[in-house]
Amino acid sequence: MSLDDTPTTDAESMTTTPTVTTTDDHSGTGETIIESRDIDVYYGDTQALDGISMEIPEQQVTALIGPSGCGKSTFLRSINRMNDLIDTARVEGEILLRGKNIYDDDVDPVALRRAVGMVFQEPNPFPKSIYDNVAYGLRVQGKDDNLDEKVEDALRRAAIWDEVGDQLDSSGLDLSGGQQQRLCIARAIAPDPEVILMDEPASALDPVATSQIEDLIEDLASEFTVVIVTHNMQQAARISDKTAVFLTGGELVEFGDTNRIFENPNSQRVEDYITGKFG
Amino acid sequence: MATTGIDGFGSDATLDRKRLYGRVFVGLCFLSTLFGVAALLLLVGDVIYESWGWLDLTFLTHPPSWFPENYVDGRGAGIYPALIGSLFLIVLTAVFTIFLGVGAAIYLEEYAPDTRVTRFIEANIANLAGVPSIVYGLLGLALFVRAAGLGSVLLAGALTLTLLILPIVIVAAQEAVRAVPDSQRRAAYGVGATKWEVTRDVVLPSAMPGIMTGTILALARAIGETAPLIMIGAATTMFAPPRLSPGALFEPFGAMPMQIFEWASQPQAEFQHIAAAGSVVLLTVLLLMNATAIYIRNRYDR
Ligand SMILES: Nc1ncnc2c1ncn2[C@@H]1O[C@H](COP(=O)(O)OP(=O)(O)OP(=O)(O)O)[C@@H](O)[C@H]1O
Ligand SMILES: [Mg+2]
Repeated sequence: MSLDDTPTTDAESMTTTPTVTTTDDHSGTGETIIESRDIDVYYGDTQALDGISMEIPEQQVTALIGPSGCGKSTFLRSINRMNDLIDTARVEGEILLRGKNIYDDDVDPVALRRAVGMVFQEPNPFPKSIYDNVAYGLRVQGKDDNLDEKVEDALRRAAIWDEVGDQLDSSGLDLSGGQQQRLCIARAIAPDPEVILMDEPASALDPVATSQIEDLIEDLASEFTVVIVTHNMQQAARISDKTAVFLTGGELVEFGDTNRIFENPNSQRVEDYITGKFG
Repeated sequence: MATTGIDGFGSDATLDRKRLYGRVFVGLCFLSTLFGVAALLLLVGDVIYESWGWLDLTFLTHPPSWFPENYVDGRGAGIYPALIGSLFLIVLTAVFTIFLGVGAAIYLEEYAPDTRVTRFIEANIANLAGVPSIVYGLLGLALFVRAAGLGSVLLAGALTLTLLILPIVIVAAQEAVRAVPDSQRRAAYGVGATKWEVTRDVVLPSAMPGIMTGTILALARAIGETAPLIMIGAATTMFAPPRLSPGALFEPFGAMPMQIFEWASQPQAEFQHIAAAGSVVLLTVLLLMNATAIYIRNRYDR
């Protein structure tokens, strides 16, 4: 079955406990859209994630931070089952998307990825025209009616239309790194997923391109649920509503409102990490 | 010399000696290169010299003759049926190898589980590329000519040459498929493409230039092969080219290397020149194929 078929009643029943309302100005519903329950991930015999449980609120930005190798990317990939593509990877536990466990046997990972899009660390446009890059997801998902309109709309929402609107036929590879990344964001949002996962989307970019991407992410949160991995503490503080701090060993040490985590973390290790004493 | 004028950085005997060794080594490398290039130029030069005066347009457009005097003054004898035979052979072989080679490479790289069996098969495909062509000729004779009962026909020739170059094409195609960055595959999976869509839309288009280059170079090898064609009993001399109809697949055929071999074994001295003229035609076709491969490679090299 496709995830689109998940009954909404089911989803509503999963979100009866509203998460704490954040003080940020995002208009997000704040209801849980993704709930991770005791997720363990192994690569062969080595464990990369250890019992991750958290509730990711809808239409808000959730940042995953932590030192290198602590499993942020691994966790992100388990939300859209990209780990399935790694032969040695094994995921245990449940991740509920609107109440439906995405690791159930009847979930098709391809259908899941249509609801949960992804943007990667390195900009990876296809060696095709800008237009075809954005249209690709729409085409494989069979949403290719009014294609021109949808492509333009996605490019506008990704804040890159003004720069490329008049050169849709030129190659996506001819753009600058920052433009390529926004093109990839346009490609990810064009088919209208519910959730967008981003793995350090700005780490390969210069400060100007980075701040463009950051502004864009804040805008995206009005329509989408955004989960973003970042190494940049200021970035997490600026753009996210919730922050999850992972620490070495693949454990989630603290999760909560971004403001609280940065101003008054519960855990000494988190405080040390945030203030730069290690990591 | 390394005299910089700064104390302690003046010329140094050991350094000078090492530089001398370096220069000797470069000299030897240059000589090796020179030897290869010179041998090739001599060979090509000799063939062209031998063919001088015997090669003109009528040579390309007329069937062969047993009388050397027919080959001069535009009287009309030449390599036409063998040239067309070779082209038919190469086009058929290209179609077979592209389908089989790309199919095998995609399967091995994208789908096959990484087991010991897979690795064993991959290693042996590479080994097969080194098997002498006469062995493939024997295989073709047993398999296509005799067991399948095709006889010494065009189809049997094309299938035999396919066997001969398939390992090379598979290995080249595998390399091209492997060179497609994983980030490209992830991008397609990320927007909800199925494995088949990823392969069709991302992997194949990116790998195609590499696959084509490898295939054309392998075909260029096949077009000059004589041994396997002799083994399966291809005609040494054909007076008419294969017909442009499916029926031609099941009819006897000639090919340039066979015709050249036949000319060279004639007693009259003039036939040596005619054989040389045939060789120039064969070399030209080879060169054109290699040029196409290089063109494709440069065109798609980003
Ligand atoms: N494909 C893989 N195969 C085997 N082990 C892996 C694989 N990917 C990640 N790992 C291991 O899992 C652990 C977590 O890796 P992960 O990439 O999730 O960390 P991360 O927090 O994203 O790090 P970074 O900040 O450097 O990107 C690491 O120890 C890593 O070596
Ligand atoms: Mg990572």
